[in-house]
Amino acid sequence: MSPWIRLLVYLVAAPIVGGLLAGWDRRISARMQSRLGPPILQPFYDVLKLWQKENVVVRRSQNYYIFFFLLLAIFTGALFFAGSDLLLVIFALTLAAIFFVLGAYKASSPYSFIGAERELIQMMAYEPMVLLTAIGMYMVTKSFSVDEIAGHGRLLVLALPGVFLGFLYILEIKFRKSPFDLSCSHHAHQELVRGLITEFSGRTLAMIEIAHWYESVFLLGWIYLFFASMPVLGIAMSLLVFVLVILVDNVFARLKWQTALKSAWLVAAVLGFGNILVLSLLR
Amino acid sequence: MTLVLALILVPFAAGLILLCLRPDAPRKVVVWATILAVGCGTVALSLAPTPVDLTHLPVNVHWVNLAMLLVEVAMSLFILYVGVRAKHPLIVLLTLAQAGLMTWFELAQGSHVEAGQSLFVDKFSVIMALINGLVGGGICLYALGYMREYHEVAHRDVPDRRPLFFALLFIFMGAMFGLIFANNLVWLFLFWEITTLCSFLLIGYMQTEEAKRNALTALAMNLAGGLAFAVAIVWLYRKTGSIELQALINSPDKALVLLPAALLCFAGITKSAQLPFSSWLLGAMVAPTPVSALLHSSTMVKAGVYLVLRMAPVIAGTKVGLMVALVGGVTFVVGSLAAITTSDAKRVLAYSTVANLGLVVLCGGIGTYEAVWAGVLLIIFHAVAKCLLFLCVGVIEHKLHSRDIESMAGLIVSMPRVSVMMQIGMAGMFLAPFGMLISKWAVLKAVVDASPLLSVFIVFGSSATLFFWVKWMGKLLEVVTPHERVQKELDLGEAIALYGLSAATFLACLLFPLISSRLIEPYVWSVYGHSASLGQGNIIIMTIMMALIMLFPITFFNYGRGVRVTDAYLGGANLQSSTRFLGSANTTQNVTIGNYYLHNIFSEAWLSRWGVTGSTVLLAVMFLLALV
Repeated sequence: MSPWIRLLVYLVAAPIVGGLLAGWDRRISARMQSRLGPPILQPFYDVLKLWQKENVVVRRSQNYYIFFFLLLAIFTGALFFAGSDLLLVIFALTLAAIFFVLGAYKASSPYSFIGAERELIQMMAYEPMVLLTAIGMYMVTKSFSVDEIAGHGRLLVLALPGVFLGFLYILEIKFRKSPFDLSCSHHAHQELVRGLITEFSGRTLAMIEIAHWYESVFLLGWIYLFFASMPVLGIAMSLLVFVLVILVDNVFARLKWQTALKSAWLVAAVLGFGNILVLSLLR
Repeated sequence: MTLVLALILVPFAAGLILLCLRPDAPRKVVVWATILAVGCGTVALSLAPTPVDLTHLPVNVHWVNLAMLLVEVAMSLFILYVGVRAKHPLIVLLTLAQAGLMTWFELAQGSHVEAGQSLFVDKFSVIMALINGLVGGGICLYALGYMREYHEVAHRDVPDRRPLFFALLFIFMGAMFGLIFANNLVWLFLFWEITTLCSFLLIGYMQTEEAKRNALTALAMNLAGGLAFAVAIVWLYRKTGSIELQALINSPDKALVLLPAALLCFAGITKSAQLPFSSWLLGAMVAPTPVSALLHSSTMVKAGVYLVLRMAPVIAGTKVGLMVALVGGVTFVVGSLAAITTSDAKRVLAYSTVANLGLVVLCGGIGTYEAVWAGVLLIIFHAVAKCLLFLCVGVIEHKLHSRDIESMAGLIVSMPRVSVMMQIGMAGMFLAPFGMLISKWAVLKAVVDASPLLSVFIVFGSSATLFFWVKWMGKLLEVVTPHERVQKELDLGEAIALYGLSAATFLACLLFPLISSRLIEPYVWSVYGHSASLGQGNIIIMTIMMALIMLFPITFFNYGRGVRVTDAYLGGANLQSSTRFLGSANTTQNVTIGNYYLHNIFSEAWLSRWGVTGSTVLLAVMFLLALV
């Protein structure tokens, strides 16, 4: 498939797939808690409803940051699915996340502020492992280009088992799921209120939701890269990882941010760096 | 090309004139005239073909060398006097050792020592000259307004020694030009020592106890580097019979020149404030802001990394190079983590400088063509963005009477222009698609290609970088309590410097392909025979990202439309907007918001203790490896 067609498919299909995944997430979580759960299409209904609501803000410019968060989240995935440089994708991802955090800072409420600080700590926690993943893939395939990594003949996960496990660990942080739902808890009755997104409402909140859909698809796409030489296995593993994330979300209670930071850095140093160490010794 | 000579001599002459000028008006004229001349001169130089033909310059005459010797002796005597008066045995010892060694060298070999070419200008020198002339020039213009406010409003108790101050700024600039154009190592050494002395005098400008103490620390550490430099010259001459920088770099027998190269790297490491010597640069913050900006962005520390990058081809692939790279890597991580723990704005900037120079040193130590290309990029982008940030903090410090980051909340309301420029500077320091990020990307690629294990420093260090910059940006944006707008944020010189540097932060990114292909790549070509670049596709994507970011201000045309403004949620009944609320048991609670500094995870003292120990061991191993 030419990069332009892939790009187009991504732009159209990603929100649909992402929304369905979100609906599926709620459904599976509900079943794990012996509830029936909402219909699969519920996330779409939610977003449609939010879109029609009044836009209430604390600071007049706070929503612009979120609009750019959405724009850059889409851009990140677009770069990824068009087969661009993996490091460039990571930088775009970081930039998107920073706009989100700045929006929360701009809102100037104590709860969004603490959410912003914690989100930054989470970013600091996962960033090394994300970069090490890209470096690991480069060491195996001799390229940072997503296209060439995907076209590599062998299963990457075989050469990068440590990196893969490390990536799974930080995926929990990136999805902001328990035990790392530190910056915006899904349950508004807790001490964080809604953290990062406390002060966003209406259309802006809908944009955050849509951005998450795009992000989920992109992150699962990255999981696929580990298995890219066997496409069916790749898709199956991506979905399996998604279910695993949901399972972990339901099994664990929230950890402290200190634990999140220390453990993620430890994982990056041991699993990620260890894997790269072995690779460079074998070279 | 007389231009090269003029660039060295004009700032010196301007410095001597400024020393005699007491009133403000003529000083302004001299400063403006010199800056314009130097600025035009550097731009003209950058357009000339390189290496610049300097063969007919009448500089290799006896009396020039004699004059230089006299300056050197006078400086040694002055430093000796300073050391004795301050009862600082280390300074006395280092000066005596260095002066003794150089005197013996001149006396024993003096008549024979001759450099074929005393000056040498290639594209790397041109890049450094542009930074020194344009960024340094901007700082001098800024200093005009800043120092007036400094003495007349902010620090009335400090004795007004502005003539000396401006004289030193320009002598510093002249010495920096000399340093980057010199090929004769004895000359290079002289200019090196002039920058050491100037920085000592500038750091001690306030003459408080703290300023004096920190100035002496800076002097002692840089003298240690100077001693290593002197030993390098003598050793090089004894082994190869040459004292030319180019001869050292192009020496066919790399093993023979490895020790001098290691010594020069050591000198570079002291000057660029790498661990274990980073404390002098942190102490240098006591000086007025233009001095900090000068030391951190266009001169001093850049001289250090300049020398390390010059040595890169010699130490590439050796164990010595690996040790240099490790020192740089350790410094990057320790500096970035330490910047998280402090809320003093200048201190954060200083740690960030130390960290980023660590990356350049890491590049120099690796020494492949890719790494050197990335290192030069880092120098350029860092100079512009860091200078902008320092100058902004200087203005803020004068208006808020504090440089605590926590006190900068609401700056977007009270000083919107400076606040926006600071945001630009910070974006320039760490965000895609701005310059420093492009450079870090290049560094990462170079490191992964050369020795992937070293990338561990970059991945951990840069994630810490992200944390301390974004939380500072957030602080500038958040508005909790109402603020009044400060009247007259900037005066003319300050405005020119700040607007110019903000524009340069953008322009340097937009013109990055041009800077790379016209200046950096020719240099890397001339040394290695091939060069690196980022690839056409990636540059296009970066440009698209840049365009996206530049759309951001446009959203503000829609400011406040279609939204209903309400109070923030405080978990109680809000009183008086969002600043107070009624808490449990009907008590009134004030809202205060403060950043995280992670003190219970890492502390400055712990980091610096381990950083210093680790890097000292690395340097010791480096010398051992160079000797055997």
